[in-house]
Amino acid sequence: MNYITIDSKRVPIEGEKNVLSLIRKIGIDLPTFCYHSELSIYGACRMCVVEDERGNIFASCSEQPRPGMVIYTNTKRVQAYRKMIIELLLSSHCRDCTTCQKNGSCSLQELAFRVGVHAVRFLNNKKQLPLDMSSPSIVRDPNKCILCGDCVRTCDEIQAVGAIDFAYRGSETQVMPAFNKTLAETDCVGCGQCAVVCPTAAISVRTNVTQVWNAIDDPNVRVVAQIAPAVRIAVGDSFNIAKGENSFGKLVAALRFMGFDSIYDTSFAADLTVMEESKELAERLEKNEKLPLFTSCCPGWVKFCESRYPEFASNVSTCRSPQGMFSPLLKEYFKEKDAEEGKKTIVVSIMPCTAKKGEILRPDNFTDGKQDTDYVLTTQEIIRMIKQVGIRFDQLEEEAADMPFAVASGGGKIFGTTGGVTEAVLRRLATDKNYKNLEEISYIGVRGEDTLKEASVMLGDREVKIAVVHGLAATAKLLDRIKANEVSYDFVEVMACRRGCIMGGGQPPFAGARTRKSRMEGIYKVDTSSNIRYPDENPVLIQMYDTMLKGKEHKLFHRNMQH
Amino acid sequence: MVEQSYYNKADEIIAEHGTTQKSLIPIIQDIQAYYRYLPAELLTYVAKKLGINEAKAYSVATFYENFSFEPKGKYVIRVCDGTACHVRKSTTILDRLYKELKLSKEKHTTDDMLFTLETVSCLGACGLAPVLTVNDEVHPSMTPEKVSALLTELRGMES
Repeated sequence: MNYITIDSKRVPIEGEKNVLSLIRKIGIDLPTFCYHSELSIYGACRMCVVEDERGNIFASCSEQPRPGMVIYTNTKRVQAYRKMIIELLLSSHCRDCTTCQKNGSCSLQELAFRVGVHAVRFLNNKKQLPLDMSSPSIVRDPNKCILCGDCVRTCDEIQAVGAIDFAYRGSETQVMPAFNKTLAETDCVGCGQCAVVCPTAAISVRTNVTQVWNAIDDPNVRVVAQIAPAVRIAVGDSFNIAKGENSFGKLVAALRFMGFDSIYDTSFAADLTVMEESKELAERLEKNEKLPLFTSCCPGWVKFCESRYPEFASNVSTCRSPQGMFSPLLKEYFKEKDAEEGKKTIVVSIMPCTAKKGEILRPDNFTDGKQDTDYVLTTQEIIRMIKQVGIRFDQLEEEAADMPFAVASGGGKIFGTTGGVTEAVLRRLATDKNYKNLEEISYIGVRGEDTLKEASVMLGDREVKIAVVHGLAATAKLLDRIKANEVSYDFVEVMACRRGCIMGGGQPPFAGARTRKSRMEGIYKVDTSSNIRYPDENPVLIQMYDTMLKGKEHKLFHRNMQH
Repeated sequence: MVEQSYYNKADEIIAEHGTTQKSLIPIIQDIQAYYRYLPAELLTYVAKKLGINEAKAYSVATFYENFSFEPKGKYVIRVCDGTACHVRKSTTILDRLYKELKLSKEKHTTDDMLFTLETVSCLGACGLAPVLTVNDEVHPSMTPEKVSALLTELRGMES
C-alpha cells in the first residue's frame, strides 16, 4: 500500500520527499511562498497547510509522505487558516500595489486574491524603513518583505554568497546584510537570484527604463541596442509565445518600432570573445602559466572571485565579456558618423542579467577612461517597455538585426547557457571545421544541467582538461578542490546563475523545470538553425580583424588590468 | 576599530572552543563576558575564522537579546517585566532606576560606564516578584526604596 490519499484520490508515492510534491503531482497548485524545490525546506509561510483525517493541520512541504496517509487540501479549516495568514501578512505590508514594481507578478497579491482576502481588519503599525538603493543591480525594500527567507536561502545555498540573512527576532525580524550595511558594502555579486525568488517587491531589480526612454526621445542621441543570446528564448514568455521559442526577430521589430536607431546581436561579440579567449588559452597553455584559465563573461562570477577567491583573480581571463567588448566596438564604429551628424551614440544592452548593470560601471571595463555601455536593460525591463507601448508582440512580423553586427555564429549564440562558452571555444580550437566535428564536440560532456561537468580534449599532443560549473556554491566547492590540489584543469567555465544566463536574474520569473528545459533546448535550436556554426568562420568578424580592429584588440576587448 | 589586543583575545577564545561552526555561540559568549559587550569587529572576525558568513553570524547575535554590540556598564541591572513582576509593580522600580541613573528607553548605559539598565521578559523567579538582577546576583521583592539603597551600595563599592 505505497500510496497516500489526497482529497479521496489515491496517489502513489514515487520517491517524493514531501507531501506537497504529491499534491502538486495530481495537479493541485497548493499555494506557497517559501517552498522552492532547489532550496532547503523552511516551512515558514504555512500556506501549504493541509488537514489529516484526525483534524491535525500541518505544512505539507515539511511532512514526509507515509503510506496510508489521508489528507485533505481544501477543507473549510485550512481555507480559513490560509486566509488568516494572508490577512496577517497584509496587515504589516506596504499595500501600494498599483505603483509597485511587482504589480501583476506579485505572489502575495495573487494569493490574496486566490484565497479571497478582500479586507484587512488590522492596522499597520510597522515603522517605515528606508530603501537600499546602493547596488546598481538590486533594490531592497524591507517594507515589502514577508520573511519567507527565499532570498536568504538562495544567496547562501545556491550562491554561497550569504550577503543577507535574518536579523533580530519575533515581530522585529528583518532580512538584511550584517550590521544593516548597504548591499554595496557586502559581497553581493548582483546576480539577482534573490529577486527571482522574492514573492513580493522586497527585492527587485533596479530599473533603467526611464533613462532609456529619455535617450530615445532625444533627437541628438543615437540609441544603439545589443541583444544578448539568452534574451531571445525568454522574452516571449510574457506574450503567450511557447516557452523557449526564439523571438529574436520579433524583438528586433519591437525595438525598431520603439525608436532604437540600430539593433545588433551580442552573439557577434560572443564570437569576438571566443577569438580572444581562445588566443589567451593557447598562450597560457604554451607558457604553461596561470592555469586553469577561468572564463570572464559572467560579472557575478568575476566579482565573486575577486572578493572570495582573490588568489584566482589573475587566472580569470583578461577578456571583457561580450557586452563589454561590443559597446566600445559600437562606439568606435559610430565615431565618425557621430562627428558628421553631431550626434552622440548611447549603447543600451538588453541582457538576461542583473549583474551586467554593475559590470558596466567597473573601471577595468572602461575605454579611454569612459564608460562604454550606457544602460543595461534586463529581459523583464524590455518586456515592460514593450507593454508600455502596447505592441502586440506575438503578432509582430520578424525583422533582421542591423548589419554588419547581425552576423553571428551558433557558437556565439549558445553563450546563453552553461557549457556554451566552452563549446564555442572548442569549436574555435577544432582544426577541422566540418559538420561531424560539431556533433562530436556537442557530445563531449559540457551540455546539460549537472552543476559540474568535466571533459578533456587533445590539442596537438596535449590533453586539455576542462570543467564547466554553474551556481556559485558549486563553483566555491570546485575552487576549494582546485586549491587543495585534488583536481586540476586547464580551462574552467563559470556562470554564476544555475543553468547559465537563460536563468539569469533579469529573465521572466516563475520558470519551473519545464521552462528551464525549454529555454536550454531553445538555445541549442538557435545554434543548429544558424548558417554559421564555428565562431571563427564569421565573415564579418574575419574582415573586421583585418581592417577596423587591427591593433585595437587589446584596447577594446580586454580589461585594463592596472585598475 | 578595536585594537590588535582584541583580536589576540578572540584568537585565544577561538582556540579554546575550536573552529567548528557550532562554536560560534560559546565563542561570542566568552568574548562578551570578557569585554562586557560583543565588539562588532570581533563578530565579523570570528565568523570568518569559523567559515560562517557575516550575515548569518549577525543573525545569531541579534536573535539573542543577551548579545550587545554596545559597550555595557560594570553593573548590568536587569529588571524583570514579565507578567508576575509587572502586576507586582515592576514599572515603579524601573521608573526609579531611570530617574536615579538618568537613563531612558533609548539610553541604556550611564556615561561613567558604571551601570547598564535593561528589561527582561521573565527571569523565571516569579515567586520572588518583583525581581531584578545585578550582573548575576538576584535581588528579590524589590521596592523603589530598596532600589535606591541598592544603587547607593553599589556606588559606595566604587569609591
